[in-house]
Amino acid sequence: MMKPMITSLTLTLTIMSAGTAFAVDKDFTQINSKIDAMVAKSFPAGEGQDLSRLKQDETQKKCSVRANKPTATEAAEIMARERASIKYPESGNLMGDWKKGEKLVKSGFGMRIGVIEPDPVAKQKGGNGGNCYACHAISPKEVAAGNIGNSLVGYGKTRGTSAEIIQYTYDKIYNAQAFMPCSNMPRFGHNGIITAQQVADITAFLLSPESPVNQ
Amino acid sequence: MKKSLLSLTVVALSGLMTGNAFAEPSVDAYRAQLADKDANPGLIIIEEGGDYFKAKAGPKNVSLEKCDFGLGAGVLKGAYAQLPRYFKDTDRVEDLESRLVSCMVNLQGFKREEIIDRKKIFANQRKKQENTRLEAMAAYVAYQSDGMKIKPGSTHAKEKEAIALGEGLFWRRHGTMDFSCASCHSEDGKRVRLQPLVNAYNSHDIQATMTTWPTYRVSHNVVRNNQHRMWDCNWQMRLPDIEYGSDAAVALIAFLTKQAEGGTLNIPGMKR
Repeated sequence: MMKPMITSLTLTLTIMSAGTAFAVDKDFTQINSKIDAMVAKSFPAGEGQDLSRLKQDETQKKCSVRANKPTATEAAEIMARERASIKYPESGNLMGDWKKGEKLVKSGFGMRIGVIEPDPVAKQKGGNGGNCYACHAISPKEVAAGNIGNSLVGYGKTRGTSAEIIQYTYDKIYNAQAFMPCSNMPRFGHNGIITAQQVADITAFLLSPESPVNQ
Repeated sequence: MKKSLLSLTVVALSGLMTGNAFAEPSVDAYRAQLADKDANPGLIIIEEGGDYFKAKAGPKNVSLEKCDFGLGAGVLKGAYAQLPRYFKDTDRVEDLESRLVSCMVNLQGFKREEIIDRKKIFANQRKKQENTRLEAMAAYVAYQSDGMKIKPGSTHAKEKEAIALGEGLFWRRHGTMDFSCASCHSEDGKRVRLQPLVNAYNSHDIQATMTTWPTYRVSHNVVRNNQHRMWDCNWQMRLPDIEYGSDAAVALIAFLTKQAEGGTLNIPGMKR
């Protein structure tokens, strides 16, 4: 009973924000093949290059040509597809270790490639960060927070830790576009930036009553 | 009545301030210092760039003084202000830097692939390298348009196409982070951490940016040009290295320059 309510609430919020997020209306469908050809020519193969990153999946393609404003039908397709992609940690526990989550939220390390300034391999062993502060205010202790995303200060305090909220939070981090099609937020779990267990750790950082987020 | 109007204004103003960047005194003082143009170390690089530009070089042992940036062979004054534009001899739209490369190839006899070698194209600030000759020359040529209004080519079919494709690419989402340029640069008042972000669709924002490149980047200790800016953004988006002077890089610059049309060049800029 609780779950469909949350979903429909999120859906309403999604449609509202999708309508107001951008001041421009664009459609690049007509020139998209030319854009693809230009990209293919302008990123030559070679040492340190990973050209697979320029290959778009269906969701990226749709969001690109619609300048992040898909039609209602496309939006529903994106949300269904992205929802189906969500995977969970083997333990099944979506509230991980908030202290590990705190480190992931801070770290912006990882995945810069090429031959000019790749992320140093020696430091790669720590794995990728979530770089959450680039866009979100989260812990009140961290003042150097961006504002592309909404503030998450007190996230757990205002929402509680019901099973529904835990699952929503996990799912949102794993794949934001399951809730908001063409969201600016990277699909952290889906794209393999961080692992399912790490998504659970960040979920705990946001929700745990002991976490600095909720002090 | 008057009092309430005043307090309303105060509230509105403070709202504006917090809505923009964090008003941190140290940062503001730093920014004010950056605005002192006579103290811009980029002026030294520009002077060096002039020497390189006029020096004989390459297999043909000639200078670049006959390079045509669109206003005729050797005309530098105002040339940067009307770039990017279409060039008949290369049959493509070129920005300042891709045009310089074309001249180095066609006039001086250099091999394009050697000039744009990814490992040497930019001064590497991690290794504390000084500006490359090409970076310095680009800044020198741009400086000859200081104080002029930006008016890129936008009438030729290929110019229109470059601008349109550049805008399309600006919204193209790709890579492990799902980013496009628009992820960060299509809304007002946004920041990554404390770094304010330019909205390419806000003429004030985009003019303030495009009129101050080439720019001296304090954290790099060198002058950077638009091609480096395009590479840097793509790198931060976790994409492969975009090729120097490629169609995609030129198209992005063509789009951004068109958005900034009418802005007055104030070169060299100085940025973080």
